Amino acid sequence: MTNKIILAGFGGQGILFAGKLLAYAAMLEGKYLSWLPSYGPEMRGGTANCHVIISDVPIGSPIITSPDALIAMNAPSLDKFENELQPNGTEILDSSLIPRSSGRTDLSSVRVAATEIAEKMGKKGLANMVMLGAFLKKTGLFSIDSFKEAIKKLLSEKKQQLAEANINAVRAGFDAV
Amino acid sequence: MSEAVLMKGNEAIGEAAIRSGCRHFFGYPITPQTELSAYMAKKMPKIGGTFLQAESEIAAINMVYGAAAAGVRAMTSSSSPGISLKSEGISYIAAADLPCVIVNIMRAGPGLGGIQPAQSDYFQATRGGGHGDYHLLVLAPNSVQEMACLTAEAFNLSEEYRIPAMILGDGTLGQMMEPVDFSLVPEPVFAEKPWAANAMRGRGAQNVVKTLYLSPEELEATIIEREKKYDIVRDSLQRYEAKFIDDADIILCSYGITSRIVETAVRELRNEGIKAGIIRPISLWPFPEKIFKRVRPKAYLSVEMSTGQMIEDVKLACECKAPVYFTGRTGGIIPEPSEIIDKVREIHREVC
Repeated sequence: MTNKIILAGFGGQGILFAGKLLAYAAMLEGKYLSWLPSYGPEMRGGTANCHVIISDVPIGSPIITSPDALIAMNAPSLDKFENELQPNGTEILDSSLIPRSSGRTDLSSVRVAATEIAEKMGKKGLANMVMLGAFLKKTGLFSIDSFKEAIKKLLSEKKQQLAEANINAVRAGFDAV
Repeated sequence: MSEAVLMKGNEAIGEAAIRSGCRHFFGYPITPQTELSAYMAKKMPKIGGTFLQAESEIAAINMVYGAAAAGVRAMTSSSSPGISLKSEGISYIAAADLPCVIVNIMRAGPGLGGIQPAQSDYFQATRGGGHGDYHLLVLAPNSVQEMACLTAEAFNLSEEYRIPAMILGDGTLGQMMEPVDFSLVPEPVFAEKPWAANAMRGRGAQNVVKTLYLSPEELEATIIEREKKYDIVRDSLQRYEAKFIDDADIILCSYGITSRIVETAVRELRNEGIKAGIIRPISLWPFPEKIFKRVRPKAYLSVEMSTGQMIEDVKLACECKAPVYFTGRTGGIIPEPSEIIDKVREIHREVC
């Protein structure tokens, strides 16, 4: 079993961190994984994406050409990656920021108002965690409990007080689907 | 048993260097290598080491020259255009028979080129880059784990043979994260350094590190002496990984990140019945030519993120006993498995 996930959005939305969290959760479960960020002359507000592969077997190329899941947090990301998704792929869209729905009928597409939900929770920056919650519900890739562990372990000591808010945001996304 | 940690390739090199006893790092920032300098900047002051951001790449490599001459484990890192700037200093270090580790996280050239990954510095790394008769030990990892392991080996081998070593990676390997288990990283093996210019220490005479010989006879003698060392290395340090080569009609040759894309392609080709195999050089210098004498494919295919550089070594190694084809992308574009598969199918129609 191999999961090829692309996460994409604006710089500053925590796209790379969300990807890293998936990778970290995979590592804790003893799976093979790779995490590859886009890099370039980019800045806050520019586009950011990362490729995360999680597998039961060693990973060849870390570059994803046909993802089976897309987590999109802005419209340009959806435009860019939607057509690359495999048939029956999973698509999680932040409906607060992406006005249109899926352009394909062969996908399992979910719209979550992640940014709105995060704002209501008091921190817009948690929208990435809400998206991950929706993704977990849709794919069953990790249990909420093992994800909770990953969040706690990934955050540095100085940032441990943020774990609770992150976990709550994941749960909110999980429950919104 | 130690737990694996999730790290970028650039960071894994830094951690492995520190565990290898490197306490002197001289750098200058450049994408896509910067995380390595940043890692060293953060860690070195905490362990009593020296991190120094030099005023230029040329200054940084000459600081490595000085530190290596004094007998300490020293390192610098950069990406393609920065390595060009360092090349003069690298030639001096090679001429002075000093150990050190130089990291090149390649990006696309020529010129300032781009910042996306490439493998177009193969000639520069394996043929010299600077002036004169010299070689570097060149090791090419293809995973974050190997970036850590080969960095540790580079320090040990460089010191054992007194030849500067280069880790040749690319932007993808530098930027990507994978789990690394540092318990798998070789321990440092420190060589005696009776030649180090580190004060008299009871020695009868001063140690002098120099590269200038105005007498041609004297200079030729030092070069021949060094060449003997290169011959030993050529024979004993060839490293490679081979897969599916026993029955292979077509052997694909690639190193670094490209080798992983090739492996994805070869597995698919095997599924459709094409007997494809893989030789992945891990040491680029010395090139692992011995394995090429033991295989009899109908064709070779060199796959690189360049316009074709390693292909020359493949031709030399197989003595052109089978045709050697090339495919690849350059300019910062990473080839897709499908491009490689198409090329192999085409070759298969021609030779099988």
